[in-house]
Amino acid sequence: MAEARNSIAAPVGMAGSNPRADMLTHVVLVLGVLLFALPIWIVLMGSTHDAGTIGRGDVPLLPGAEAAANYSAVWNQGNKQRAGVPVSTMMFNSAIMALLITFGKIAISIISAYAVAFFSFPGRMLFFWAIFITLMLPVEVRIFPTFQVVSDLGLVNTYAGLIVPLIASATATLLFRQFFLTIPDELVEAAKMDGAGPIRFFKDVVLPLSATNIAALFVILFVYGWNQYLWPLLVTTSTDVETIMIGIVKMLGSQGDTEWHLVMATTVLALLPPVAIVILMQRWFVKGLVETEK
Amino acid sequence: MQRKAIFNNKLLPYLLLAPQLAITFVFFFWPAGEAVWYSFIRQDAFGISKQFVGFENFTDLFADPLYHQVIINTLIFSLAVTVLAMGLALGLAVLADRHIRGKDGYRTLLIWPYAVAPAIAAILYIFLFHPDIGLIGRALKAAGVDWNYTLNGNQAMLVVVLAAAWKQVSYNFLFFLAGLQSIPRSVLEAAAIDGASATYRFRTVIFPLLSPTTFFLLVINITYAFFDTFGIIDALTKGGPGNATQTLIYRAYIDGRVNLDLGSSSAQSVVLMIAVMALTFVQFRFIERKVHY
Repeated sequence: MAEARNSIAAPVGMAGSNPRADMLTHVVLVLGVLLFALPIWIVLMGSTHDAGTIGRGDVPLLPGAEAAANYSAVWNQGNKQRAGVPVSTMMFNSAIMALLITFGKIAISIISAYAVAFFSFPGRMLFFWAIFITLMLPVEVRIFPTFQVVSDLGLVNTYAGLIVPLIASATATLLFRQFFLTIPDELVEAAKMDGAGPIRFFKDVVLPLSATNIAALFVILFVYGWNQYLWPLLVTTSTDVETIMIGIVKMLGSQGDTEWHLVMATTVLALLPPVAIVILMQRWFVKGLVETEK
Repeated sequence: MQRKAIFNNKLLPYLLLAPQLAITFVFFFWPAGEAVWYSFIRQDAFGISKQFVGFENFTDLFADPLYHQVIINTLIFSLAVTVLAMGLALGLAVLADRHIRGKDGYRTLLIWPYAVAPAIAAILYIFLFHPDIGLIGRALKAAGVDWNYTLNGNQAMLVVVLAAAWKQVSYNFLFFLAGLQSIPRSVLEAAAIDGASATYRFRTVIFPLLSPTTFFLLVINITYAFFDTFGIIDALTKGGPGNATQTLIYRAYIDGRVNLDLGSSSAQSVVLMIAVMALTFVQFRFIERKVHY
């Protein structure tokens, strides 16, 4: 009611001034939220029922009693289509891949941006453009030849093959460079005056100042690494290095005899890590995303 | 742009750049170069003899009715995903930008689909639209609709579009919201005091001021629909039924990895590279202008 009274003072038609419009706004936003949550709710509930319930086509919208059984089955054994490939192994592989891609990209991008921003040397702009141009060569457009290179190097079915080719990052380099250009010259002069070399300056000044950017990139790149699909599909055939994204699609099988309840439990496990990171680190993520891409 | 205060080491910058450049050359430039080279080569079925054939791989590709269909599929898919994902996001962002209670809560509840992988989005949509086990799929069948996206090409296209758009809305939402929040309040208040209605204000003040964001997102969404939706298509329809949901990327994958047709796959890679270059060019041309906006 307090809102309604305030509205008299506010200019007519301004946002937040009209209780009826506010109510409508809430209704539409809640519908939007539900639209996004519905599929998650279905898998969450479905993953707690037995095979029969879902196989019959009764889409359960309330929790069942089989949660522990389903989750421990996929975690320890996988499913029928993928006998002997437990989801825990796939999750482990995905975690390795996502974390190494994230830290690898951040590490090599921050040092190359440092080189481009704080040094003057022959070929500087050429190298910068070389990195920049990789924006135009996503793995999707060079599927076959990139696989060929990885295969020639003997990296098929290895973590290295899975991770190293994805570690170059024009976006992260651009972001760091842009940020480094805002570090005041006085700071560099002062450090030089105090006798600090470039490595010392990087460690004591640049790295701490970059903390927020690193946190933002961590979220974006972890999601990127965890969600990779085409690349692992190309370079892995062995179940030892299979990631959860590849594994779960294989678990669907031919869709004739799919164990849907187990696929649902695996879906929940597969989307948990990146979703948790985005929600928990929301503040850095939102800021970082909007800045990185612009 | 170069800063004034810099360090003078000769070797160090090269060492710092070395890892990034090494990966860039080995895994980006070398394969991209190979793609261009192989697009002019034809190999026999056993990989024994290779022959330079000029533009024949390209002319064959563009003479192939299947590739025409794939191009049309890609255009329909990209257009539908972009319009749907951007329209929905803009609507939600305009509402979430109003001064209402629980604004931040709505943001949290709307951004998490960003973190959902394309392949997982596809699986979620199986549980919605599968004719036997999907919530909506079964409801449609119960309502008398002949629903089966595994057999009907148009229905398959609809489901992949919905899954791809669903995943992209949260990204667009964040950018639209940031764009709306950067519009000065005073401008909106002035318009309101002048008696402009909410819709009129949106059309004449907000939307034009939002156009840099809209344009940026347009390019990003087209790029997303072209290149990042492989997982959605592979998990949901595998390009089928028939070839109804095959996009350019999916075709390049099938020809390269499954059919092992080196020449055609490479030619398709080159076509895609040109497409990305065009999109990137448009995007950066626009960013240049936006600085002066």
